[in-house]
Parts: sequence; structure tokens; C-alpha cells
Amino acid sequence: MDQTGTRFYKLSFLLPGFLVLLAIILFPLLFTIRVSLSGWDAITPGLGWIGIKNYLKVFGDTRFWESMWRLGGMAIGSVIIQYVLGFALALLVWREIKFKRFFRVLFLIPMMTTPVIMTVIWRTILHESLGPANDLLGVIGLGPYPWLTSPGWSVAAIMMVEVWQWTPFMFLLLLAGLISLPREPFLAAAIDGAGPIRTFFNVTFPLLAPVSIGAVIIRLIEASKLIETVYVLTSGGPGTATETAGYYVYIKGLRDFEIGYAAALSITYLVIMMVLLTLIAKFLVKFMLGEKPQ
Amino acid sequence: MINYKKLAASVCAVAMTVSSTAFAAEIDYAKYGDYAKYGKAADVPGACSYESIDKKDYSGRTLKIITHAVPVMGEPTVLHAKQFEDLTGAKVDVVNIPFGDLYQRIMIPFQTGQAAYDVLFYGSLWIGDLHDYLAPVPAAYKDVSGMKDVTVNYRDVATWGPEMVQYPIDGDRHYLKYRADVFDNADLKAKFKADTGHDLTIPSTWEEYNDVAAYFNDKDWFGDGTKHFGSAEVSKRDDLMFSAFISRVAAYAKNPNVKGGFFFDLDTMEPQINNPGFVKGLEMFMAAQKSFPPGGASFGLGDEIFSFGGGQTLFSYSWDDAFIQAQEKDSPIRNKVGAAPLPGAKEVWNRKTKTWDKFDTPNAPPYITWGWTSAVAKASKNQDMAFDFLCFFSNEANTTLDLQIGRFGVNPYRTAHFDPKFWQDKLGWDAKVAETYVNTLSGMDKSNNRVFDLRVPGVNQFMSTMANGVAEAMAGQKTAQEALDGVAKQWSEIVDKIGKDKVRAAYANVVALEDQGR
Repeated sequence: MDQTGTRFYKLSFLLPGFLVLLAIILFPLLFTIRVSLSGWDAITPGLGWIGIKNYLKVFGDTRFWESMWRLGGMAIGSVIIQYVLGFALALLVWREIKFKRFFRVLFLIPMMTTPVIMTVIWRTILHESLGPANDLLGVIGLGPYPWLTSPGWSVAAIMMVEVWQWTPFMFLLLLAGLISLPREPFLAAAIDGAGPIRTFFNVTFPLLAPVSIGAVIIRLIEASKLIETVYVLTSGGPGTATETAGYYVYIKGLRDFEIGYAAALSITYLVIMMVLLTLIAKFLVKFMLGEKPQ
Repeated sequence: MINYKKLAASVCAVAMTVSSTAFAAEIDYAKYGDYAKYGKAADVPGACSYESIDKKDYSGRTLKIITHAVPVMGEPTVLHAKQFEDLTGAKVDVVNIPFGDLYQRIMIPFQTGQAAYDVLFYGSLWIGDLHDYLAPVPAAYKDVSGMKDVTVNYRDVATWGPEMVQYPIDGDRHYLKYRADVFDNADLKAKFKADTGHDLTIPSTWEEYNDVAAYFNDKDWFGDGTKHFGSAEVSKRDDLMFSAFISRVAAYAKNPNVKGGFFFDLDTMEPQINNPGFVKGLEMFMAAQKSFPPGGASFGLGDEIFSFGGGQTLFSYSWDDAFIQAQEKDSPIRNKVGAAPLPGAKEVWNRKTKTWDKFDTPNAPPYITWGWTSAVAKASKNQDMAFDFLCFFSNEANTTLDLQIGRFGVNPYRTAHFDPKFWQDKLGWDAKVAETYVNTLSGMDKSNNRVFDLRVPGVNQFMSTMANGVAEAMAGQKTAQEALDGVAKQWSEIVDKIGKDKVRAAYANVVALEDQGR
């Protein structure tokens, strides 16, 4: 078979995958871009062309930009806490301890639950009239706390639920990373007389940096889409204290039925996230690996 | 050829109808679930009765229905769909959707020209967006006994201009609910008098409401070790709080001497949302927060229902649900509650003279708030079957039973429902409770100073921005004036975007209902 024939077969085998890619990724994206250039809402249906009007409106929409800042704060804050806790738990069960297997499974349970259902349960736990959280804290002389009615506490409540749900993900990746580490550097550190803290900072942490970067970036991507916890726990309130960009887009698109404008918000949101997450990834590579990013 | 399905359905229907006496067929839902405890109701003869619907043959046809999630409105839809299948041989597909998604699930098929559903159950305030897509109710259905008995308020709610395009299946309004055992308690009355210098009476103004709620807040009323609170209100931004806000501001901003618009000045279409009447109402809403139970500042409708209905608070106001919950058989406050009109205001903003008008009798306009309604899609190819279904859904027997099942969300909307004996006999309510309930509800039909929802195109945009502004003020992020100024600015932008004439034309329908008097 000549080269042209081989290329044809190769392309033929790629075609189904390419068509699927086109259908599930490219078409929705291109359609959303087209919708964002229309005035589709409850009164004016369809894809009537209005140019970049929606995008101009986005730039003046202070509620959207505030929700972006809020999202950034909550996402970065909760991912840092998840990383620290996940790392600590991974270190705990990496060593030989009793019931190691039990703890490994136990730590993974939150991640395996459905986010919306778990958030409903958290909402019940934190309910200031009916929930047990304040009652239990009261037993040890703490609280009551306005979990869902004070702006600061509401942000804390959302971050707490996020941390509870997604720390196991960090734990899983970091534990896998720890298990795969070579033993020689640790033996060398032990021979040199390094204690556990020095070993951690000079051996474990640097060796695990590539895995850490991957885990943090994956979680940041997920956390930047934070919506279901907000939807169930606070509906963005009190006031706009916990309104994230994703939730605001939901309100504009599916509640207010400003489809065109919501599409413009979504595309803006997507572009910002892509740029920011790329920059963060480059920064982490430089900071944690000391390498010049590719 | 024998239609076995139809034959079986007819046998079934006969079995249902001949279950009691030969002449007065009585209906019950026992066959369809845990409904036996709600007893039976007479099948009132007429076009919508079981007997008449049983004579229809819709075998081989499919009716598609979109409705709310179970139980509120979703459960009765599913139940009556099954019955309709049994009686007519039709296949009925019911889609249950959570409230937050219902609007877009209805709107997208309409806008894209698909006949996705024949029958729709939804919030009546969307009429401004949906009316062009709805089939007017045919004259034959307006003549049935059940429809003739629908009170004027709920005929108005179902009407767009000269046409009835929504089929009434429910009646909703906001009213005050209070703990009668507190207001009837001689010791508490004496203590209140001693402490405040005033008699303890059901509040007739929002100022009194806030004061009495504050007095009884965070106190053990009966010395039984249980602390109670002042007021449970729907305060969560995206959980129907906008309706609670309208209830509170109506007294200050719906001036009976000023015609031509409550939310807007119909002539200029200038938003009135930031006028001093609305601002005062919002300030009173903000002030009431100190009498909310723990977590009360983020109560959705469900929280409000279980807070008042569970005996946690002295007051509440909103839809019927909290009252019905309080009157459930296992409720700790059964027959210890009362109903009254929404509180009013003695000073009401006059947007024409830009002054506060004073009233000796508090101005208390009833808020005929949105509720569940139904309609048939204009694009439906099954309009005959669809209207028969709605006619059957709301026939006298079904409504009598549905009213008794609190979770169904079906509330009084016919004259027959405003009989205290019904609530005493069927549900075992005390006479006094039944009387306050019935008198409060029926009294709203007599008012000529009513407030309706903003039934215009883009209503969700208007209500969403309003709720956000109110929530910002309630959370202390802005003052009442700042928050409502922001809402007014956004409303002007929405009006400009939709088109001033288009919004005005729609709003004129609302103003006509509010101003037409009785």
C-alpha cells in the first residue's frame, strides 16, 4: 500500500473520534459564541444578530465582576486548605499505621457522595433553628454562629463544605504520588541524619511537587465552576455575599431567561478562567519546581 | 372491535362511582395511593364530572403535561393524569420539573416552535410572557359549574385583556397568620399591657406587627421552657422573597386615591420602586429582621412554612401553606392559630402629590399574589383533550379532596370553598379558626384596592433585580434607598430594552385589574 493509501486509512480511523469531538465540544462552544452575539431573551426569541452589545454590557456589569472576585477568593482559599489537609492525611496513612486500609477508604467517602445531596445535608446541619451544628457547638460553649445569615460566615460555610467534599481528591492524588516515590532519597536523608521535618521539606515536598501542581490545577479548574454548593446552601446570599460567577450566569440565563447575555457572560468567564489558570500553572511550575515553564 | 382498554377503564370508573349510593356517586382516591383518610366527595354532575369524562374516548391519543415537582401541584397532576387515563383510555405523560427550571422548560419549546406540551402548570405571574402561546379557554368550559363558581380575583388572575387564557385550578394570596393562643391568653395580654401600655391586638399596621413581634421575640411565652420568636418571613433572595417584599410595601405605596400604576407610573413608565413608599416598606422589612428566629434571614418558603407551622413564631405572612401546615392533624399548634388581612399603613405615599397621605383606617391593599395556574398550548393538536383534562382536574369532587391534602398546594378559589363548615367538617378545624380563615380570604375579593404581580413581558428580570436589591439592603450591603435606586435604574434599562410601549401595553392590563374597583 502506498503512502497516500496509508494516510487515508489513518484519517478514516480518526474520523469517528473527530466527529464526536466536533459534536460534544466544538459545536456547543461555537453555538454558545453565536448565541452570545444575539439578543435572545424572554421577549425576543432566536438568534437575531446584535453584534458585541452583550460583551459591552458585561464590562459594565459590576455584579458579574464582583462575583468573579468572590469566586477567585473562595476557590483559591478552599483549594489551599484542601491541599494542606489532603497532604497531611496522605502523609498520615502513607506510613505504617494501624487500620491503614480502613482510614484510606474512610477519607475517600466525602468525594464519593453526590455534591447536591451532601450540600442539602450540610444545609440541614447548619440550619440555625433546626440543625445540630449550633447545638453541638453549644455543648462545648461555642456559638451560636450565623452560618447562613451573615456574609462572612456564609462564605466560610461554603468553603467548609467544599473542603469537606474535595479534600479526599487531594488526598487520593497525593497519596498515589507518595506511594510512587523512590525510597533512595529517603534512605540517603536518613543516613545524613535528617529528622522528619527536614526530610519533609527537603525530600518529600520537592519530590511530590509535580503531583502537587497537577492536583492543585485540577482542583482549581473544578473550584472555578463552583455553583451547586452555592445554589443549595445560600442561593448567593445573604445579599450577594456568596454569589459566584457561575451562579450569576445561571440566574441570568435560566431564571431571568436572558439567554444571549448569559452566553456572553459564559464566554467571558471561560476566557478569563483559561488565561488565569494558565498563568497560575506557570507560576506554580516556576515556584515549586524552579523550572522555566515550557 | 372491542376496545379492551376502554372497557376496563369504564368498569374501573363504574366501580369508582358506584362505591356508595346509586344516585349520588362518591369519589375517593384510595385506589391511587395513601389517600383513603381524606374520605370521599360527591361527583357533581356536569361536563367535568367523572361521569361525563368517562364517556369520552381518547384511546390511542397521548396528552403531554409539564408541571411542578412532587408534591406541590406535581402530585395532584400525576394523580389526576392516572385517573384521566383510566376514564378516557388516553395515555398521559407527565413531566415534573423543579420550580427554578420550570420557566425555561416551558419557554424554550414555545420560542422554538415545538409543541412539546399540551398542558402546562406554572406560576400565574408569567402570563405576560406566555399569553401569546396559550389557547383561550373555550366558552363551553367557562360555562361549567366549577368555573362559574371561581371568585372574581381568580378569574382576573386568569385573564389577559378580554380573554381568559389560564385555567384556574388554585387560588393564592398573602395574608397574616398569627398565634391565636397568644392573643387570647389573658396573662400574656395583661403583661403586654403592663409592659408597653398598649392592648394586645392583632396588628393592623406593619409598625404594630414589628413592635408586637419584637416584644414576643426570643421569649418563653408559656413557661414551658421553649423559646419562641416574633416573625417568620420568606427572606431568601432567590426563594420567592420578592413576593414577601411586595406584601410589605403594598400598604405604603398602593394609594387608593392614586390610579394608574403601583410598580410604574403608567403614563411615563417611570419605575416607582424607589419612591418613599417602597423605601419605607423595605425599611420596615429590614427592621423586622431582629424578630426573626435563628437563621430567619435566609428562610425560603419551606422554612417559613415549617417555622410558623411548627409553632416557632408568633407571626407569619405569605401563601396558605404555613397556615395549612399549622392546622395539620399532628401539628403542635393545631387550632391555636388565626388568619387576618395583611397589616396596613396609616401613612401612604402619594406619587402624584409627592406627599404622604394620612388614613384613619390603615390602608391595607390585599396582594393577590401569583399562584399555580394551568393553560393549554396554542400549538397543541390535542386541545380538546387538554381542556377536558383541566376541566376534570378541577371538577368539584377533585377540588374538594385536593383542598384537604395540604401538600398538594391547592387553595381556595371558588365561592364554595369559602364556607367555614367545609373546613370544620372535612378537616376538623375549630369554628373560630375556620371563620378567621374564610373571612380573611373571602374579604380580599371585596377590596377595590388590590395589588397584582407585575404581569408584563420579562417579569422574571424585573423580579430578580428587585429581589437582589432588597437582599442587598437586608444584608446591610446598601441602605434601603441606595438599593432601590439601583433597582429603579435597572428597571428603566429593562423597559428600554424590551420597549416602553410593549411593557406599557402589558402593564395596562395589570393596572386595569387594580383600578377597576368592585
